[in-house]
Amino acid sequence: MNRYTTQRLFGIAVRAAASLVVGVLLLVIGVTVIRGGGVLLADPSIVLTPPGARYMLEGTGGFLHAVLGSIFIVGPATAVSMVAAVSTAVYLQSDYSSERFSDAVNMFLNVLWGTPPIVYGLFVLTIIIATGAQTSLFFGIVAIAIFQYPIMTRYTDEALRTAPETVRESTYGLGATRFESARMTVRAAAPGVIAGLVMGFARGIGDAATVLFTTGRSTRMPGGLFDAATTLPVLIFDQAMSFNAEVRSHAYAAAFVLTVVVLGLIILSKLLAGRYARYTPGGNR
Amino acid sequence: MTTDTNDLRDRTRSNRLGRRLLAERYSSYWLTAAGYLAIALFAGITLLLFYRSLPILSEYPLSSLLTSANWDPAANEFGFLPAIVGTVYVTVLSMVMGVPVALGAAIYIAEYAEGRMKTLVAALIDVLAAVPSVIFGLVALIVVVPFVGNYVAPVFGANTVGVGIFTVSLVMAIVITPFMTSLTVESLESLPDELRETSLGVGATKFETIRSVLLRAAGPGIFSAILLGFGRVFGATIVPALLIGGQTQIPSSVFSTGQTLPTLIVNDFGELMSLPLTQSALIFVGLMLVVVVWLFNFGAMLVQRRLKRRWQYR
Repeated sequence: MNRYTTQRLFGIAVRAAASLVVGVLLLVIGVTVIRGGGVLLADPSIVLTPPGARYMLEGTGGFLHAVLGSIFIVGPATAVSMVAAVSTAVYLQSDYSSERFSDAVNMFLNVLWGTPPIVYGLFVLTIIIATGAQTSLFFGIVAIAIFQYPIMTRYTDEALRTAPETVRESTYGLGATRFESARMTVRAAAPGVIAGLVMGFARGIGDAATVLFTTGRSTRMPGGLFDAATTLPVLIFDQAMSFNAEVRSHAYAAAFVLTVVVLGLIILSKLLAGRYARYTPGGNR
Repeated sequence: MTTDTNDLRDRTRSNRLGRRLLAERYSSYWLTAAGYLAIALFAGITLLLFYRSLPILSEYPLSSLLTSANWDPAANEFGFLPAIVGTVYVTVLSMVMGVPVALGAAIYIAEYAEGRMKTLVAALIDVLAAVPSVIFGLVALIVVVPFVGNYVAPVFGANTVGVGIFTVSLVMAIVITPFMTSLTVESLESLPDELRETSLGVGATKFETIRSVLLRAAGPGIFSAILLGFGRVFGATIVPALLIGGQTQIPSSVFSTGQTLPTLIVNDFGELMSLPLTQSALIFVGLMLVVVVWLFNFGAMLVQRRLKRRWQYR
């Protein structure tokens, strides 16, 4: 085969690969939107109705419990995780730690990033067993926070690394302490930090394996911090395994809600990153 | 009088400095603690899982746990071989299906696509890399399962309703492809244009440039993209739990139902968890996942260092 033929065939092959990926992904989104949208249009109230007593068996009521569960678990978890992530990233990036220590911690962060979420779920579960506690909303928050921590640290670390060196130098020049200088650096890196926050939230709200064992998969409305709860991904998993056709159809409605939230969040993160760009040097033109 | 005010000013000033220094000191304690958090988490997870797996490890020798094919917690039979074989099947098949497509799509975005098409395709793939995997699993239940059962399996002479190892591998390949694609695009696009110009300048075709120059220069980045994809398939829980069929047996073909390590935990979680030995066995599964991920990451770092030296372009 002549090298120009190879080159042409290769061009066709990569185009085919790209269209295959895009096609499959459009199919996935399309099925979710059409099936889920259909169920939702027929009865939009299921998102805001608490579940009936025999919800998983007969599909009475709606899945408000999972929507609330997702919000009350992922919201606080993201807040906790964000504080830890920004602190870690500041420690690694500014003048607190040596380069060798930063490298070592980054190695561990990479390992944590690649750790399967089910391991975090199992870890929190062993804590629950060891302390004799019950699976609850609270442990869901703990599990999701641990899961989000390496992801958000990585984004924040990346953002702080791209913040201009001049910010740090000029704050030190004005006599700032390390802490004050770090605060200014974080502000200069705000777009990246915000993007990391939203990505962490999006990953957290989409993950099922961490909360599968830790929140109790309840089918009632969550009654408090130490009461059993459930989240949307876990609910979808349980609904998809159901024998009742109506419950299964609710899974598509829940999937539609989850997809819209996640995609919406990612678009929001891009918009916010643009808005917060005014804190970056030269960003307020 | 004047000395008094001066004194006062001095004192407030030193107080303010004192406050700032105090804030500096306490924040530095806090930040140091945060810096060690990653290491503490890692050590905590490993140690706690190991400690909790001790009962099963002291009851049965490791070799028999890993090589026995009998899994029946109710009868105190703990053989992880079926789940291990299932995990290996799923991981290898997904990578075989996913990696070439992801590389192709990434090369298209980075080297072929132009203008609006490029922005559109890249943005779409980036956004979709974040779609939760449970949604892929749900859609697969009505699309991929009948597709495999009615069209793919008969071609290979297998008889199946559609759930099984092949279906899981196909869906996991779909889940990780956008993820690997966007990471690969990133490393291809960070290469300097001189590399492309020089290679084309000495008469290489575009294909030859990509194969012999760009893929090598971006090699370490692509390697870590593939590794992250591997990690996600290896620890995938929800998609396999929905689609693998959940039978703990050594799979007879790629179309048969089976079990992976994470689905073993999901399926036997529940009342069985109250038996101490089963509980310990399932926690041991978690320990295996952590150890394998850790070994792979560590090995990858060594390989990556060599690749960087071998394929460096500066």
